Amino acid sequence: MSSEAIRFDRVAMDFGKVQALNGVSMHIEQGQVVALLGHNGAGKTTSIKMILGILQPTSGTVRVFGNDPASDIKMAELRKQMGYLPENLSFYPQLSGRETLHYFARLKGADKQQQDQLLEEVGLLHAADRRVKTYSKGMRQRLGLAQAMLNQPKLLILDEPTVGLDPVATRELYNKIEQLKQQGATIILCSHVLSGIEEHIDRALILSAGKILAQGSIEELRKEAQLPMTIRVRGKIANQEWLDQLPAQGVSTRFVNGSQYILSAAASHKISLLHALGQEKNIEDLDINMPTLESIYTYYNTRNNAEGSDRQAVTHDE
Amino acid sequence: MMNKILVVAAKEFKDGLRNRWVAGITVVLALFAIAISYFGAAASGMVGFTSLSTTIVSLSSLAIFLIPLIALILAYDTIVGEEEQGTLILLLTYPLKRSELLAGKFVGHAAMMALATLLGFGSSGLLIAVFSEQVELQELLVAYSIFIFTSILLGWTFIALAYLVSVVSSEKSRASGVALIIWFALVFVFDLLLLGLLVATGGAIGDDLFGWLLLLNPTDIFRLINLGSFEATQVQSGLASIADSQMIQPAVLWSSLLGWIVVPCLLAVWRFNKRVI
Repeated sequence: MSSEAIRFDRVAMDFGKVQALNGVSMHIEQGQVVALLGHNGAGKTTSIKMILGILQPTSGTVRVFGNDPASDIKMAELRKQMGYLPENLSFYPQLSGRETLHYFARLKGADKQQQDQLLEEVGLLHAADRRVKTYSKGMRQRLGLAQAMLNQPKLLILDEPTVGLDPVATRELYNKIEQLKQQGATIILCSHVLSGIEEHIDRALILSAGKILAQGSIEELRKEAQLPMTIRVRGKIANQEWLDQLPAQGVSTRFVNGSQYILSAAASHKISLLHALGQEKNIEDLDINMPTLESIYTYYNTRNNAEGSDRQAVTHDE
Repeated sequence: MMNKILVVAAKEFKDGLRNRWVAGITVVLALFAIAISYFGAAASGMVGFTSLSTTIVSLSSLAIFLIPLIALILAYDTIVGEEEQGTLILLLTYPLKRSELLAGKFVGHAAMMALATLLGFGSSGLLIAVFSEQVELQELLVAYSIFIFTSILLGWTFIALAYLVSVVSSEKSRASGVALIIWFALVFVFDLLLLGLLVATGGAIGDDLFGWLLLLNPTDIFRLINLGSFEATQVQSGLASIADSQMIQPAVLWSSLLGWIVVPCLLAVWRFNKRVI
């Protein structure tokens, strides 16, 4: 049996003259946590709708657990295995949290016992009998999460899941994601808030204007992007000769605030730099900052924009 | 499949019970129905529960105004409202076909409509049964059964029309506007246009054509069915009395009214299946 949860083969989607996806090919393995990243209009929502079987591609094929998600034959079976939290979900204001979850649970065939457990897990059990219209944005988001986790889905798609959540609830969400991952679930996270997400994902897919700019693990993307890591050193580095040689080795150095050194270099220098710094007796502390997902994302988008400008310039010249 | 339809239906029915507008109009319907039943013959100098046929004709006019309004309020936002609050896309990720979602909503709304109609008009029927000495119970039961049943069917036709509006509208506010236009057009304008046509052609339109034209409006079909039961009161019942109600067979009237439910519903399903969410 294939271990692929999702596969896109040359998928294109047109809405009239607007091309939402343009020949996208990608795959997501079962049990992975993947971040789907991109600006507004990049094609994230269209991709998600195709995975959910709500949209059919203009051309190309989409497969979820080996099946066409838009096919009526497999639809019910597939959807019982999926959980989805849409962005900007407001639910039915006249229903209570418990009634809302009960409604969706009955549609999915989830048992009643699981509902209270989920309400407790998302911290809503105390407010379960209050009408949703009295809920704060964060509470609605947590109800949405409980809804998405009904039936312990094999595929969970969370669109902006941390919007409206406080830091504790965000931490609990990521813990739950980790737990579901351990149980073999495949999870897709769409988020504009990139800080904090990278430690919870296995891979990232960066979309722009309906095309995939980059895909891979954070390490792979860092390697490909060749973005520098930085080491911030507090204290005195006695070996001035070593410091003076660093620029020649591709390591830039800065001395700031009268007591801090900032060393920037490719990630491949990390071990040798740390080894050398380990010899120093007067270093008080140091921080290592690897390129963040945010900087990787910015890098790929900036590169794409620059390539787009170059292509335009060539076209104009011709 | 049936289970999912019933889950949606139960939710819609509960929503209907909580809808204050529907509750308010149902109370108004009941009060008007009781008042009409009691004061229906006031023009001829009598008050109290009197002629059943006069009461039914008067109640028919009331039904034509209020039943479509209740139905449209209940159902105009059935799809576009769900889309605006973000629950439609969520529902479509559940093991539920679009046609099943719409079917569930129809069952729920139809049950709610039936309850509102039964409470609204049943109250006056009950009072007549208890307080009127002139009306035979069996006659009352038959007349009210037909009247309430056709009122329910009339409500269902407007629920179906509201669905069609809801699946083609991009915004809830626009859907409510179109629903009101439909109500106004079918309840007021259509008959005026037919009258205008009669006047303009000097009555040259034959009874045949005129009768068939009335089938283009479910409120007129409703009126014709209820008129057929009380021939003596045809003269009191507006435009429909012009048409020879004997000309159109009851089976045609009943099937036309059912057609006004089925065809918009099927069109709504077809359009909903094509709607890009």
